Amino acid sequence: MWMIDLPPFVPFFIAALLALVTRGLLRNLILLVTPILGGLHLWLDVSPGIITGVSIMQYELILMRTDLLSLLFGYLFHIAAFIAVIFALHVRDTTQHVASLIYAGSALGAVFAGDLITLFIFWELLAISSVFLIWARRTERAIRAGMRYLVIQVASGMLLLAGALMHYYQTGSLAFDFIGLQGISGWLIFLAFGIKCAFPLLHNWLTDAYPEATPTGTVFLSMFTTKVAVYALARGFPGTELLIYIGAVMTCFPIFFAVIENDLRRVLAYSMINQIGFMVCGVGIGTALSLNGAVAHAFNDVIFKGLLFMSMGAVLYRAGNTNGSDLGGLYKSMPKTATLCIVGACSISAFPLFSGFVSKSMIMTAMIHEGYDYLWIMLLFASAGVFHHAGIKIPYFAFFAKDSGIRTQEAPLNMLIAMSIAAVLCIFIGSHPQTLYAMLPWEVDYWPYDTTHVLSQLQLLFYSALAFVWLNKQGLYPPELHAINIDAEWLYRKLVPDTASRVYDMSQRIGSRINYSTSSSLKNISKTMSSTRIARLHFATSWPTGSMVFWLAVILGFFLLADVIY
Amino acid sequence: MNQSNQKQHLFDKPRNVSRLLTVLYIICVLLFTLDFILHRHVTHRWDELTGFYAIFGFVACVALVLIADQLRKILKRKEDYYHVDD
Repeated sequence: MWMIDLPPFVPFFIAALLALVTRGLLRNLILLVTPILGGLHLWLDVSPGIITGVSIMQYELILMRTDLLSLLFGYLFHIAAFIAVIFALHVRDTTQHVASLIYAGSALGAVFAGDLITLFIFWELLAISSVFLIWARRTERAIRAGMRYLVIQVASGMLLLAGALMHYYQTGSLAFDFIGLQGISGWLIFLAFGIKCAFPLLHNWLTDAYPEATPTGTVFLSMFTTKVAVYALARGFPGTELLIYIGAVMTCFPIFFAVIENDLRRVLAYSMINQIGFMVCGVGIGTALSLNGAVAHAFNDVIFKGLLFMSMGAVLYRAGNTNGSDLGGLYKSMPKTATLCIVGACSISAFPLFSGFVSKSMIMTAMIHEGYDYLWIMLLFASAGVFHHAGIKIPYFAFFAKDSGIRTQEAPLNMLIAMSIAAVLCIFIGSHPQTLYAMLPWEVDYWPYDTTHVLSQLQLLFYSALAFVWLNKQGLYPPELHAINIDAEWLYRKLVPDTASRVYDMSQRIGSRINYSTSSSLKNISKTMSSTRIARLHFATSWPTGSMVFWLAVILGFFLLADVIY
Repeated sequence: MNQSNQKQHLFDKPRNVSRLLTVLYIICVLLFTLDFILHRHVTHRWDELTGFYAIFGFVACVALVLIADQLRKILKRKEDYYHVDD
């Protein structure tokens, strides 16, 4: 179609420029055609082994490096952008359309980046372009959350840059290949990736900002940033054992928050961390099977998590909120959205024949092969938990449960089409995993459908459902409440600001006391001065600053004149 | 919603809800029974136990919810806790 070594982000950036100056149908056409043509081009024309760079000030930026790993994410991001663009097609907001194209393009730029500086540039572009999808909500909450998001994302970029420069100093190379946890540079880059990947304690930007974005913006957000981070970890830190432990913690802790969280989009944000945890485990184990599992799960997660965020976006668009406490009974007015949401729920819960099953089982199998028994149990717990909070809670409280009395319309057609494409992909990949497996970067012979696997997974899931029913019947299930839960963000949203304002108040008080005591003594001095004889000659009065400036100007003018004359 | 002529929906009838639950119970019993009939590859010393995954799934979810409920007592705050006004 076009030059095979044209970096895949370029069409998206051009489209963003075009979207800026076009309106209506023409813009929609540009939005739709860009991911289709870009994706087809990548699929049909581009093969592994291409390296393209540009020289800027004697430094070679490698803008495109294709291998099986980067190509897989390249295909994924084109599919994701296509689905999300359809979902957002009804939106009449130039900011959002332009920002989402730059955002998707930056994600492509990052996965095809061959060196750390190029990666850094797109890493920051991801942050800057995506924050507009949060700010586009145009509420005070969204603007503040977006600001916190931006600060953390840009900080991640700064760590990456610092790490990259130290890496260059130590190794003399900026190539973005295996990095490993060697020296400070390795740790800095690891931390930069970790922030974007929502490692525990660094995760709150995600749960803080994603639920505040626009109904369509969150769909874009859920698809790119964290998956770029998973890609970066798979490229830079495969087989880093620490990642297995981090990943296991990531799978477990968010599900507790998800159970008691009221905002269903925030529940999804927590469950996103849980799913990324599985991928991080897969990267950490570092065998061909587990790495394939990690990237395959990233692939599936973009689609099923996107589907779930789309269904909640449709609910937000139609019903005006996504609070579990205020919703319920929406299946009556939005039956199609409800059905599509259930497909997403089945996929994330890893039901056999749905996409989550074929990728998560690879990671679980690899885990037990490598002998991480206790961590495997943690992941099994998280698997049951994800069904509980994302698989059941999301559809149940939004569409069923008690009837909230909300009667609205079905989601707009473009939203339904986008969700349907995602749902079909979930089922297709789940029932024909060989198509996805054929694209995976590492050579592995694996097949998920055997009696053991299917039976044990079905038992796990159905008994989790049974537990949900039992808890509800016993009245033990925590009710959805209008409340928030504090998390690690408490540190920078409460402790630090409160301490700072307390310190400020105290310094103000001390300052005013000092002011009072000094000003009273100064008054005494001026009183004494003004009662002397000199006071009559105006030497003891205080002069306004203006007159001082005036006299200064006169003196300077005199010197200037004197200088000219002599 | 007090319109008397409103359309009856699927789960407005309690009978349909109990039907759904009955199906769930039957599936659960069947799946447990299958553990005796089908041969599962034992991948691990823990899952030698018959019905391991079923028991684990049930216990894990009950534990998850009960612990989360306790956590809520510590973590719950008012919605305007961070002083943000809409």
